[in-house]
Amino acid sequence: MAEAPTKPSVGDIWRWLEDAPDPEIPVLSVVDLGIVRAVEWRGETLIVTVTPTYSACPATSVIALDVEAMLRRRGIADVKIETRLVPPWTTDWISEKGREKLRAYGIAPPEGAVCAGAAKAAGARIACPRCGSTNTEEISRFGSTPCKASWRCKDCLEPFDYFKSF
Amino acid sequence: MSDAALEEFALRMGDNCLILGQRVSAWCGYAPALEEDIAMANVALDLIGQAKLWLALAGALEGKGRDADALAFLRDARAFRNCLLVEQPNGDYGQTLMRQFLFDAWHVPMLEGLAASREERVAAIAAKTAKEAAYHRDRSADLVIRLGDGGEESRRRMQTALDLLWPFAGELLAADETEARLAGEGVIPDLADIAKKWTAFVEPALEEATLVPPKDAPVRKGGKQGLHTEALGYVLAEMQWLQRAYPGATW
Ligand SMILES: [Zn+2]
Repeated sequence: MAEAPTKPSVGDIWRWLEDAPDPEIPVLSVVDLGIVRAVEWRGETLIVTVTPTYSACPATSVIALDVEAMLRRRGIADVKIETRLVPPWTTDWISEKGREKLRAYGIAPPEGAVCAGAAKAAGARIACPRCGSTNTEEISRFGSTPCKASWRCKDCLEPFDYFKSF
Repeated sequence: MSDAALEEFALRMGDNCLILGQRVSAWCGYAPALEEDIAMANVALDLIGQAKLWLALAGALEGKGRDADALAFLRDARAFRNCLLVEQPNGDYGQTLMRQFLFDAWHVPMLEGLAASREERVAAIAAKTAKEAAYHRDRSADLVIRLGDGGEESRRRMQTALDLLWPFAGELLAADETEARLAGEGVIPDLADIAKKWTAFVEPALEEATLVPPKDAPVRKGGKQGLHTEALGYVLAEMQWLQRAYPGATW
């Protein structure tokens, strides 16, 4: 068994995590999504603390497995993924870079204050990720995954996913 | 604080979410419009995720090594602690929506109150799930209003659903001994206060929907103590058969 000469720094690990994709929206990394809350060494054990997006997000357990596998490939044998509920995840934690990536991928990033019905309160102007028009309307408050709602652009007439503010 | 009372309460919260989630999930592939089908699947998924958090807590408090799966799949009807409302059959779409509306109107203030619990494990689950419940309530209230204040047929169906389900709402709003004790200890909110918030939300919504609650309807209760209607047995038979027939089966 090969012995790692030195432990990778916490900074290195954060950089690696920036390349770990979210399984449902692979253009986003788990860091962009804001679900990695802490990275720390506890003795020889690396503890990565993650928080679920939605209580039932099916991606959460896949993310934990993916992160663990990636870190093992990088030579860290002793990895522990811990889950933390508090403080609850919010779309405010999606990074600026993450929002740009979402837009480029064709998903409108979350807009406006985080509260229930924020998107419904017609005040929220959701820009079409294809043509940029804000002449858009909600088709359904729910979408293909728990984090998305279905919207439509009234200018270019394309439907699109909106990463709902939550 | 007594762990037994808290365990009992966590079971009630978890079982409400689990049984309603199981009921709602039955619409997947059958809802009257694609958007509604997706909404139903998402609401069901949220509720089952929430159930998992509460049942995991209940299992940990019990301390006999039962996890959320064991509690969901291997208990008999008498051991379930959900309120009678959530086990009522889906009926037509109006009935399903009315059941959701009456439940969501309780679930939101309950979780918001629980987020301030002195028991931090309870507060954590409540804070995590309150936003999801609020999202559900926005939708169910919106649809109850649109269908109640809709065509003749939709109004008739919504009123029938309200008449049928109204008697089951009271169980959510009145504390039994366990809940009164936990409220006294600052672990859960006072249910009288939740009832006020429930009424303050439900009454104006029903009025806007042009629907009238039945007068002097009896309160149907017993679920919190494990005394269920016949309906629960059918839900459990469908939900549990695989783990009962093939114990320990995994994907
Ligand atoms: Zn457009």
